Amino acid sequence: MAEYSAFSLLKNALTGNKDWKPAWRKPDPKASYDVIVIGGGGHGLSTAYYLAKEHGITNVAVLEKGWLGSGNVGRNTTAVRSNYLLPQNTRFYEHSMKLWENLSHDLNYNVMFSQRGCLNLAHTPAQLDDYARRGNAMRHLGVDADLMSVDQIKRLVPALDVSGSARFPVLGGLMQRRAGSARHDAVAWGYARGADRRGVDIVENCEVTGFLRDGGRITGVSTTRGEIRAKKVALAVAGSTGRVMQLAGISHMPIESHVLQAFVSESLKPIIDTILTFGMGHFYISQSDKGGLVYGGDLDGYNSYAQRGSLPIVDEVMSEMVALFPGLARVRMLRSWGGVCDMTMDGSPIITTGPLPGMYLNCGWCYGGFKATPASGWCFAHTIAKDEPHEFNAPFTLDRFYRGLVIDDKGQGATPRLH
Amino acid sequence: MLITCPYCGPRDVIEFTYQGDGNRERPQPASQNLDAWNAYVYDRLNPAGDHNEIWQHSGGCRAHLRVVRNTLTHEVLSTAFARGGHKTESRS
Repeated sequence: MAEYSAFSLLKNALTGNKDWKPAWRKPDPKASYDVIVIGGGGHGLSTAYYLAKEHGITNVAVLEKGWLGSGNVGRNTTAVRSNYLLPQNTRFYEHSMKLWENLSHDLNYNVMFSQRGCLNLAHTPAQLDDYARRGNAMRHLGVDADLMSVDQIKRLVPALDVSGSARFPVLGGLMQRRAGSARHDAVAWGYARGADRRGVDIVENCEVTGFLRDGGRITGVSTTRGEIRAKKVALAVAGSTGRVMQLAGISHMPIESHVLQAFVSESLKPIIDTILTFGMGHFYISQSDKGGLVYGGDLDGYNSYAQRGSLPIVDEVMSEMVALFPGLARVRMLRSWGGVCDMTMDGSPIITTGPLPGMYLNCGWCYGGFKATPASGWCFAHTIAKDEPHEFNAPFTLDRFYRGLVIDDKGQGATPRLH
Repeated sequence: MLITCPYCGPRDVIEFTYQGDGNRERPQPASQNLDAWNAYVYDRLNPAGDHNEIWQHSGGCRAHLRVVRNTLTHEVLSTAFARGGHKTESRS
């Protein structure tokens, strides 16, 4: 498969762009593999990519129920950041950030990673103190963080209402300048192409309908395209984790599936040159390279597998946007959609061996899975290849809930809709 | 989404507070069975389909309700008072 380069662009432009090849094959599944990865989203594809690249395991299939990237990897609001409080999260997401910084070169695929910063707005003195604490915790672990004054914020985001008469006046903010956004479809396609060219079979329209067992051990899966055997079966199915685990006979998990909505406005001239989060509600906004404002808010707040939300949250998100940017009140919304989020009981993910012999589990991404895509696959590939976690994902076990080792960055307790 | 409160009739979902999975079994307060407490606090059934859940009509009569709702369609199938609250028998 050809390298993508300025030269190949020029050559194909001169020959009418007729010679581009598909970025990945459409193979039929083989009877058996060394590793099956269930789920052709960002995490499943990056897992397959790093299995091949870092561990030389290329006899791998990625099974996707629909088409590649049809789930959350194409539904998120594309924020990439590592501004966490707790060291377990900070180390993991900072590893992800470092992979993001070289991802386009690594994949030979432009994921349009743009480090435009992520600014959390503070609206009370106590909140500003809390941000200073989090910023110090980040800097302590070598992650960049800066407290910004209102004047600095005003220069960075002129459209923002920083007047004292705002409903929730802005008192400052915490900025991570290395944070940014990426084109989420390109991340899925880039990992798919990278895995495919190293020999991984990406099998679309192949839904897992059950697990094959030998005694207590998982030895493969039955699918809508026949039975496929494997030495190791890895799950990266995000919002569908509960459903797939039930196929394996595990009825209860420390996970609830919730729907999160996202929105895009009509295209505007450049107006917001960073990722901005509201501190007095749950709202975040950035601007895509096409000019549309990409924004979202809170979960709808009840269990859902519907991939669509309801109107009260739409109303809440729009009111939060107008509270921050009164000048955007007449901007029209272009489209909205929902994604199913696998919310854990502490807001942190699970990347682990087990819980059944022959099985490996990657789930619990809540609504922050996109930024984790590189490190999630990198750590999951390590865990699958070595049968033990890397130090970056060692804290993200399934049994931490029952051993008093929860990683609750927001301190919300076991109420998933609040994480 | 409308939820029919047995007192107040059909009301918009914004009047209600979600209190989660209604299948969980709360151990007796004096229970020292750690597995039962862990299961109560952390384990969820999380079905794709009909889900037995607890809501409170916090913006209305404040009654606690047991609601059966489909998580794929958001259709509310039944509502009733949640008298007795979570089941109180210990799991073991």
